[in-house]
Amino acid sequence: MSARSNILNKLRAGLAGTTPRPDDFNEGLVTRPWQYAPEDRIARLRSLMEAVHTEIHQLTTEEWPARVQELLESRGLKNVLYAPGTEHGKQLAEHWQRAEPRPELLVYDRPIEEWKEELFWQVDASVTGTVGGIAATGSLVLWPDRHDPRLMSLLPPLHIALLKASEVEDNLYGMMQKQNWSAGLPTNLLLVSGPSKTADIEQVLAYGAHGPKELVVLILEDA
Amino acid sequence: MSQRIPVKELTDSFRGRAVGALADDQLRTNFRIAMDSLMQKRADAFPDEEEREGLRELGNHIKARALSRLPDLLEQLETRLTANGVKVHWAETTEEANRIVHSIIEAKQGSQVVKGKSMVSEEMEMNDYLADRNIECLESDMGEYIVQLDGEKPSHIIMPAIHKNRFQVSKLFHDKLGVDETEDVNELIQIGRRTLRQKFLEADVGVSGVNFAIAETGTLLLVENEGNGRMSTTAPPVHIAVTGIEKVVENLRDVVPLLSLLTRSALGQPITTYVNMISGPRKADELDGPEEVHLVLLDNGRSGAFADAQLRQTLNCIRCGACMNHCPVYARVGGHTYGEVYPGPIGKIITPHMVGLHKVPDHPSASSLCGACGEVCPVKIPIPEMLQRLRQENVKSPAEQPKVKDGGAKYSRKERAIWRFWASLNTSPVFYRLFLWGATRFGKLAPKNVGPWTENHSAPVPARRSLHDLAKAHLNQGDQR
Repeated sequence: MSARSNILNKLRAGLAGTTPRPDDFNEGLVTRPWQYAPEDRIARLRSLMEAVHTEIHQLTTEEWPARVQELLESRGLKNVLYAPGTEHGKQLAEHWQRAEPRPELLVYDRPIEEWKEELFWQVDASVTGTVGGIAATGSLVLWPDRHDPRLMSLLPPLHIALLKASEVEDNLYGMMQKQNWSAGLPTNLLLVSGPSKTADIEQVLAYGAHGPKELVVLILEDA
Repeated sequence: MSQRIPVKELTDSFRGRAVGALADDQLRTNFRIAMDSLMQKRADAFPDEEEREGLRELGNHIKARALSRLPDLLEQLETRLTANGVKVHWAETTEEANRIVHSIIEAKQGSQVVKGKSMVSEEMEMNDYLADRNIECLESDMGEYIVQLDGEKPSHIIMPAIHKNRFQVSKLFHDKLGVDETEDVNELIQIGRRTLRQKFLEADVGVSGVNFAIAETGTLLLVENEGNGRMSTTAPPVHIAVTGIEKVVENLRDVVPLLSLLTRSALGQPITTYVNMISGPRKADELDGPEEVHLVLLDNGRSGAFADAQLRQTLNCIRCGACMNHCPVYARVGGHTYGEVYPGPIGKIITPHMVGLHKVPDHPSASSLCGACGEVCPVKIPIPEMLQRLRQENVKSPAEQPKVKDGGAKYSRKERAIWRFWASLNTSPVFYRLFLWGATRFGKLAPKNVGPWTENHSAPVPARRSLHDLAKAHLNQGDQR
């Protein structure tokens, strides 16, 4: 007998003569306490994310590439990783061509194996998109794919994330329903609610444990 | 050093270790500060009692529903994960689970493993198993890394190094990593970051735990703040997740309340920095992520707890640690006193199913039954009730067929005979009066040594007049007035 059948048989024996419990999921319990007026959503998200050391800028869709340049230059960073296959990546590349800023634009266009060491140690910053934000918990929703790979938002010490103001939902449940997550999830779906942190020594909060030391969110208002 | 009690006995039992822990001022201070702060954080995270209680009730129902269909959900999970390209393995024992993990690493000729935080891998003692086979298995959660570096085990399931202060960590890093001593916590964390980043880069395999396994979508959900979980599950070419069979939930939406309960109960956070939902290995056109993802489903005594409808509730646990944060015993003796992977109240009710009551005979009774653990449990496990049940199982005779692994570990014929005598004494009026008559006259003959009681108390001496007698006299006085 395999371990699988042994385990399943034991569990089935334990349930003999019982019926499954009914599904009495009450969505009100996870939505009602977490609803906001449209004008309060961004404020809520901001205050929660800022409370955990996230830097937030609200600006128009046209302005953001220049802001990325400023963020990098003010920190004296030498490069930034971007996703050329995305809409936002194209916009950033256009700006870089036009303004010719000092920081180098790095492309994530080959499998990790080909440049792992460089990505781990040499990349200063990254710009990624998001598919939305959650006001209740102050979270970004990242949906990595071939254009916006998983490690982009993890390895560089500075992570700059773009969030459309119109894509901020009240709560996780609402986000799940709206984007119909249960119909199909990507390889890795992520909720990110601040820069990497730890309180493992004396419960003293320290940022930049293993992931980004800094998270900057650019909230884009539709112009 | 005491001549009377052999050292081995001191450290091999809960009682012995507790004596040592209670005398350790530094340890007690570290725990007291940490537990007070964690309790306050949880309280602040649930400002609305009605909301909290509604959510706990829902959390309980979700877990109970999942357990009521557990074998079906495990099969559904396996089907979905397999369809997503994840290889699912089943293990009845920790030995089997270790063998599976080792064979996966061997097939890749791997020699370096990085591990995200996983209590199940602690159950398996995976680090030692792999080390014996010349495979380095490094903890990457900062707290776990610290305790591994010092050759210790975690003392708390969420805060593994909570028993240490910054000076102890500084000294440890200095001794083991050759860095300068520093009292700056930020600098200590940066030392850990630099050391471990190189390990993430080199690792052949990443190992992680699972917080919730979602049957509906075939998804493994992990929560964390540091990013080491994401590193372990994303950077190395192979990811192996290990988890207990009780972690499966039916639907994706079920995790919404459970997630909220977990992070608020554990750390008082509305959500952790990262919620990492993994549904498969790297797709053909993707540029990163592991090429292979494995899930090892471990039983290790869980099906034994599952067999009994009452004890099954133990498997509701979502490993938040709130029960230990609120436990007056845990706060005083610390996690290592329990001597097993899971300390505190949850450890007392889950460990007997894993290792048997022979190994942890004091676990069910190391509690004042104050009820705090049950009150704060986010999925409403009636922990005090479970402890009482385990106490009963602990003293059952073989004829009474105890329901828990190694039940009857504390069964003693002598004790049973004394209780039988006591019961008959109290249920027979003639016998009772006779005993009372003797006890009030020959009280001086009562034993001077009554076991552990007399270690810290003077021996009880029966009064010269019984309560009955005094009450009767008192009432008679009243009649005369």
